[in-house]
Amino acid sequence: MSEGMRYALIIVIVLAALMSLAGLLIWVERRLLAVWQDRYGPNRVGPFGLLQPAADIVKILFKQDWIPPFADKVVFCLAPLVIVATTLTSFAVVVFAPGIAVADLNIGLLFFLAMSSLGVYSIILGGWSSDNKYALLGSLRAAGQMLSYEVFMGLSLMGVVMLAGSFSLGAIVEAQRNVWFVIPQFLGFVIFVIAGFAETRRIPFDLPESENELVAGYHAEYSGMKFAMFFLGEYIGITLISAMIVTLFFGGWLGPWLPPIVWFIIKTLIGLCVFILVRASLPRPRYDQLMAFAWKLMLPLSLLNLLVTGAILVARGN
Amino acid sequence: MLSVLRSIWSIPQSMWGVFLHMFGRRATIQYPEQKAPLPPRWRGRIILSRDPDGGERCVACYLCSVVCPVDCIALQATTDETGRRYPEWFRINFSRCIFCGFCEEACPTYAIQLTPDFEMSEYQRAAMVYEKEDLLISGVGKYPGYSFWHVAGVAIGGKDKGQAEREKPPVDVRSLLP
Repeated sequence: MSEGMRYALIIVIVLAALMSLAGLLIWVERRLLAVWQDRYGPNRVGPFGLLQPAADIVKILFKQDWIPPFADKVVFCLAPLVIVATTLTSFAVVVFAPGIAVADLNIGLLFFLAMSSLGVYSIILGGWSSDNKYALLGSLRAAGQMLSYEVFMGLSLMGVVMLAGSFSLGAIVEAQRNVWFVIPQFLGFVIFVIAGFAETRRIPFDLPESENELVAGYHAEYSGMKFAMFFLGEYIGITLISAMIVTLFFGGWLGPWLPPIVWFIIKTLIGLCVFILVRASLPRPRYDQLMAFAWKLMLPLSLLNLLVTGAILVARGN
Repeated sequence: MLSVLRSIWSIPQSMWGVFLHMFGRRATIQYPEQKAPLPPRWRGRIILSRDPDGGERCVACYLCSVVCPVDCIALQATTDETGRRYPEWFRINFSRCIFCGFCEEACPTYAIQLTPDFEMSEYQRAAMVYEKEDLLISGVGKYPGYSFWHVAGVAIGGKDKGQAEREKPPVDVRSLLP
């Protein structure tokens, strides 16, 4: 098989796996939330309710594709595509197993950070083009939140980069052969997880779409497939953050007995379940608390983490 | 500082607490297969009950129809050859009924009763209108042994005044004169 064919195959497999995983995550999330709330969740459509996402998608496909007459039509239609495109593009640099990656760039981590920053455009444009006060307020919150949390998201990863000596995700995983970075970089891990939750706008950081204040926030005017695209973006987003947590802090594909790709998938799925568990258990803070938390606590902590890691590395003489 | 640490510790604590619910008992009742236990006084589908002898209890007094806050009960009173009042027709529109139970409270003869049954969905709206033959049941409902005509001081065919249970014959007022 030629090199080009190989990459084309990997791209197709990754795309198909992510799309179907995002669909399946709807069911997984509803089922897990139900299980943690002493309910059963969707268990009627197909075995264990597994065909529920299919039923949902059929329903959403037959919905009227309505664009509000007051909306900016072109931007309104483009905005949901941006988030799907950026999150899917971020997966290009994720190394699933040795040799199984679309592109193990030597600036992979920077690419991921850049792409997750671009995702903000989707939310801002979606809220702006809706011409709806709730949507606009939601997108304003999203802009402020994601800009603030991106600052220390990048900084929290610098400790990992210093330890591994590379921005390439493959090299970072290889550097965790002896010990996973979650142990030497525990503070960085906690900060990255918090920033990751904020980046994906999940509870407890779902202020841009907080239902009890802003209807649905930036996607209040969206319906049908365009709404589904926002959701697809969100689910691929949490898969991405979960995959990044696994790659950067939990040794990626490293693990005994099982093949590397299986280890990666298992760890990522556990990460996804933690995302859902957090949604099931934590409330959402006020917006000013969110901002104060970011700038007054998380940013200094991540700078401290950076300084201490650097100092220790210098003291050890490498 | 200690309180800050304690509040931070509360986050994993509450997550663990929520996680443990995975192994708890489900609160859901899987409805069509599993039925919810309904108390005997549940206010569901309305029925018209009968005497222990099998006669209709309803005396067509219109009290239920009057008390009904949504006006879903309609009936027409008539009298049979023995002088007994009964409804010629009796109609409850269940698409209006709010199952408040006022009709049951108003009924002087225990005829109209609410039962623990709520499974009465229909595809046609008109099918929600129940006529007398749909409402009448063959039994006595919640009040076994009660028969209005056996205790009522009204003369009907086969029973004159003063012949009801716990009733003395009427006094001839002229015999009381001094």
